[in-house]
Amino acid sequence: MANSGRVSLRRNISNGVANFLCIAAVILVLAPLCAIFFYLIVKGAGSINLAFITHTPKPVGETGGGFGNAIVGSMYILGIASLIGVPLGVGAGIYLSEYGPGMFCNVIRFTADVLNGVPSIVVGIVAYSLIVLQQKHFSALAGGTALAIMMVPTITRATEEMLLLVPHSIREAALGLGIPQWRSTLSITLRTALPGVVTGLMLAFARVAGETAPLLFTAFGNQYWNFKMDQPTAALPLQIFVYAISPYEDWHKQAWAGALILILLIVVSVALVRYVTSRGVLRGNH
Amino acid sequence: MSSLPIKIQTGSAIRSDAASPKQIRRIPTRPAPTSRMADEAFRYATLFCAASILVIVGLIFYELIERSQLSIGQFGWKFFSGTNWDPVSGDFGALPFIFGTLVSSAVALVIAVPLGIGVAVFVTEMCPKALRGILSFFTELLAAIPSVIYGLWAVFVLVPIMREHIQPFLAKYLPWTGLFTGPPYGIGMLTAGIVLAIMVVPSISSITREVMSAVPQHQREAVLALGATRWEMIRTGVLRNARTGIMGGIMLGLGRALGETMAVTMVIGNRPEIAKSLFAPGYTLASVIANEFSEATDDLYLSALIEIGLALFLLTVVVNAVARLLVWSTTRGVPARVHGQ
Repeated sequence: MANSGRVSLRRNISNGVANFLCIAAVILVLAPLCAIFFYLIVKGAGSINLAFITHTPKPVGETGGGFGNAIVGSMYILGIASLIGVPLGVGAGIYLSEYGPGMFCNVIRFTADVLNGVPSIVVGIVAYSLIVLQQKHFSALAGGTALAIMMVPTITRATEEMLLLVPHSIREAALGLGIPQWRSTLSITLRTALPGVVTGLMLAFARVAGETAPLLFTAFGNQYWNFKMDQPTAALPLQIFVYAISPYEDWHKQAWAGALILILLIVVSVALVRYVTSRGVLRGNH
Repeated sequence: MSSLPIKIQTGSAIRSDAASPKQIRRIPTRPAPTSRMADEAFRYATLFCAASILVIVGLIFYELIERSQLSIGQFGWKFFSGTNWDPVSGDFGALPFIFGTLVSSAVALVIAVPLGIGVAVFVTEMCPKALRGILSFFTELLAAIPSVIYGLWAVFVLVPIMREHIQPFLAKYLPWTGLFTGPPYGIGMLTAGIVLAIMVVPSISSITREVMSAVPQHQREAVLALGATRWEMIRTGVLRNARTGIMGGIMLGLGRALGETMAVTMVIGNRPEIAKSLFAPGYTLASVIANEFSEATDDLYLSALIEIGLALFLLTVVVNAVARLLVWSTTRGVPARVHGQ
């Protein structure tokens, strides 16, 4: 009896210790998250004003100026990236879900996952050698292409996953009515899965919105407004990086403010995604 | 799709399926030729999109090899064992960068693996249902924070804390390890490793969560019915079954740590040297590209930097490929869903 009691105590203690360690892990992981948001708001909020959002950067030594061109430039580059990446990604997702399964589809899936893990800086090098070296100068197009390459695998896998959730009876019903398959895929299957697909698009967008490394030597950055595809363009993450590693106090403040705007952009899109998915547009399948 | 008893497709597909169920076969579904052409066109359009992924990866590989020819020809394998990085005299060796990448990633994993698994265990097995959604939202958020913001935060918040509190503490109590010696600069390998750890925890915990949920519920019930405590149930019933997948999650985290650029560049110190102490500054493959690529003036310099990119590419492709295979083998071919990866 005594023996079994002691073993049970030991087991209880190890159970308690494991509980404690897991809770400690959660706290340790959430602490930096809270710290990052705390500092972003404390250090960044003070420097955000109308001038910051609408003006271009001032030269060193002059106070004031803003990230206006960087914010617009980021949107511009992300727009180019979406124009290239979204059709490719959605198309590939449709192929994987509607014309799979098969060896070829598995190869594509695997390649997409591997591409997802390729470091962003390497993608930057490739965009540089494919576009910048050909055009002979840095450009928004090169930056957009680099980001598009990074968007494609995320969008592909999300689209595929969402299309596979659409019940087969719906496809069969559409085909039974004599609708051609392409029409059924586009206006019935894709239409049904649209909220989920949009979620995937937003996640991919949020993921590349903050990417800096692939823009370093593709979009390159710019002190002025630029709306030409083939010219260097400012981008928010790039500007944050340049300002953060500069030795000027005033620039550091602006880096924090820029970071706050960037994170708001991303958090809003991620939260939107959570909202759409938690409303259970595809709840019947969970 | 293959589980469907009857496969309904356009006319041509059904005719080729001549051996399958009779009633369906008799229905004369023969669309107009234009519609069949449209179907074919659509199929090829999506096939083109899917194939573009293969083309992109192939193109990345080709471009990297093509553009680094000069450096490969000049240095051969010595490129990876040379310790001298001197753009002025045109002598390039990548060993300090490889060392920096491996050591900072190793530090990150040592910290992130227990944390990531702990969080996953808590979220899937221990916490009340109401908390589950919020916690997974927060870990997802951690994955959504851009690298450059981690870097910004690390430079202005974490580095001073490291310099004034954590590094002196480690130097005082753990000097015998030899890892925590030298002046506490704040920046350096250790700080880079800690920032990386924060960044890879979400990858590890989300995959771990996923493979843990793939463990069947009756497995848990069976272990509990034998009189196990909750922790024993988790350890023997869940973690042991999910261990291949968890390894996959760790490898994915490793892949992310190896290629991470901005945050590391901002805190690692950017000095190409090999030091035993984790307080010393270092340099990684990714950050040398980020710092020097747009300044590389002559062809050999650029080619050497692209060869570093090639090495990084091959390293991460291998790590990611192994990771995916491990995760796939646990979730039995169910495609893994990775948020914020």
